[in-house]
Amino acid sequence: MTAPLVLGIETSCDETGIGIVRGDTLLANVIASSMDEHARYGGVVPEIAARAHLEAFQPALAAALAEAGVTLEELDAIAVTSGPGLSGALMVGIAAAKALAISLDKPLYAVNHLVGHVGADVLRSPVGDAPVTLQPSALPVATSGPLEYPTIALLVSGGHTSLLLVRDLVSDVELLGETIDDAAGEAFDKVARLLGLPYPGGPEIDRAAAGGDPNAIRFPRGLSLPKDLEKHRYDFSFSGLKTAVARHVERLRDAGEDVPTPDIAASFREAVVDVLLRKALAACGDLGVPRLLLGGGVVANARLRQVATERCAEEGIELRIPPLSLCTDNGAMIAALGSQLILAGHAPSGMDFGADSTMPVTEIQV
Amino acid sequence: MLLAIDTSAGTSVAVVDRDRGVLAERSVEDTRRHAEVIGTLILECLEASSVAVETLSGIAVGMGPGPFTGLRVGIAAANAFAFGAGKPVVRVVSHDAVAYAHYVAAAASASGIVTGGGADATPLLVTTDARRHERYWSAYSGADEFALPIRVQGPGLQRPDELPEVVTGYDGYQRWDADWVSAASVGLLAESLYLHRRAFAGAEPLYLRSPDVTPSSGPRRVTA
Repeated sequence: MTAPLVLGIETSCDETGIGIVRGDTLLANVIASSMDEHARYGGVVPEIAARAHLEAFQPALAAALAEAGVTLEELDAIAVTSGPGLSGALMVGIAAAKALAISLDKPLYAVNHLVGHVGADVLRSPVGDAPVTLQPSALPVATSGPLEYPTIALLVSGGHTSLLLVRDLVSDVELLGETIDDAAGEAFDKVARLLGLPYPGGPEIDRAAAGGDPNAIRFPRGLSLPKDLEKHRYDFSFSGLKTAVARHVERLRDAGEDVPTPDIAASFREAVVDVLLRKALAACGDLGVPRLLLGGGVVANARLRQVATERCAEEGIELRIPPLSLCTDNGAMIAALGSQLILAGHAPSGMDFGADSTMPVTEIQV
Repeated sequence: MLLAIDTSAGTSVAVVDRDRGVLAERSVEDTRRHAEVIGTLILECLEASSVAVETLSGIAVGMGPGPFTGLRVGIAAANAFAFGAGKPVVRVVSHDAVAYAHYVAAAASASGIVTGGGADATPLLVTTDARRHERYWSAYSGADEFALPIRVQGPGLQRPDELPEVVTGYDGYQRWDADWVSAASVGLLAESLYLHRRAFAGAEPLYLRSPDVTPSSGPRRVTA
């Protein structure tokens, strides 16, 4: 079978993503974000995100077609995120994808957003098999060559913190653990706010932490005590960490002391990074899987990439980090997963699926 | 010939023709399953009417007012279908379609002709469910010689007990609480607006409500 030309549609949160791939080759990755509109609320407002998707959809689609240099008629299939994510936001992409598929008489694949993040790793730039470099990024280069299985995947964003065991991208994905309260990206936003830093918190904390001492304050590592590890070996919790930072800041302010923002930011970030990687590498060790894939917007955090690189090197684990434009939410990863499903001979999804805000990772395609 | 979609109440899809009328209409009343059913309803309408996508002249869509999550599904579908088919989108106020159907039916029963016609000076107040104990409403002074409704107030959003205060001359209106907006009416109204060179609705969805959110007042204390 020749490599299928697939359009991917992603609207699960605040990014309207339209991507086009041919097999494992990336042709276009257009992202329209409503992030700025959420800034004054300190977090993503679902209704604002959904309204923005409706406005951004058609311009993003037109831009992606132009970037890829293909026409709608040439497409072999359309893939769309059906969950997990914000219901109202997902519905915009689903409705548009269904109508587009019918008007063009193309097969439609409804796929899992989190598995899409893993699927991003299969993408290569149009020239040779070099890693994708359509957008400049300061990331350590992902290992070239195809993704090998099984692999552990750590997906960290403002909406998710999930640890997956991927035995096969299109047929066998298992959830090892996930956050039991806040997502890691959400913790960055909340701590930034209590330090008086703007939204989104990730880059702000990163900036503030420069020059700070990551060991100045020993903030708690959630679900890392022996009693917690029994039940929550691969689960995460960031709510207690956020509260610990708040207590620390309030104590200093009440005592009339200066709040050392760089030290607090660096120590908080260290606690997040440490617990994320400790659990991910524990999974690699426990399950004998010497491969770790990172995905999600929090991968933009320089300290996370640095510590991941160091610890994986120490433990002989192959680390894969797709370029940042494919780590944050995007349509190309959805197209990539759709393309792999087609190549594996999967039939299209029916027309009756809806938005599934809590879609499990075991459901790779509807 | 138009594919028409309205999701301001339930989900309704139709194929209509200016000369031949309603060729197919499929609807689901459930107000919580718009995204699930929209694709199947479109497919069924195209199949039942034996209309090929290429032969459509455009896509008509009801822009509300309607509860936002569902309303958006129809608009997103209409826009995407039109983009894929390379056809224009024509937009109407969903309440106008309800009023149009009412005036056409009134004219038909008065004259015995099914196609409507003849001006109607009966004031009509159309309301639909907005949830949260509120109604969307639009007020019409009557219809012109083509049964096209003349909207004089609205669309607006009000608690039912506030309507007599905000609708000017409330007592003079015949009130029509619609629990349904038919895509066929949306399509037929769009055909008539086009034929008589009247303006369509704007591209903004008629949500009539701001997103439920208030700006953060800053972090709360966690210690006493």
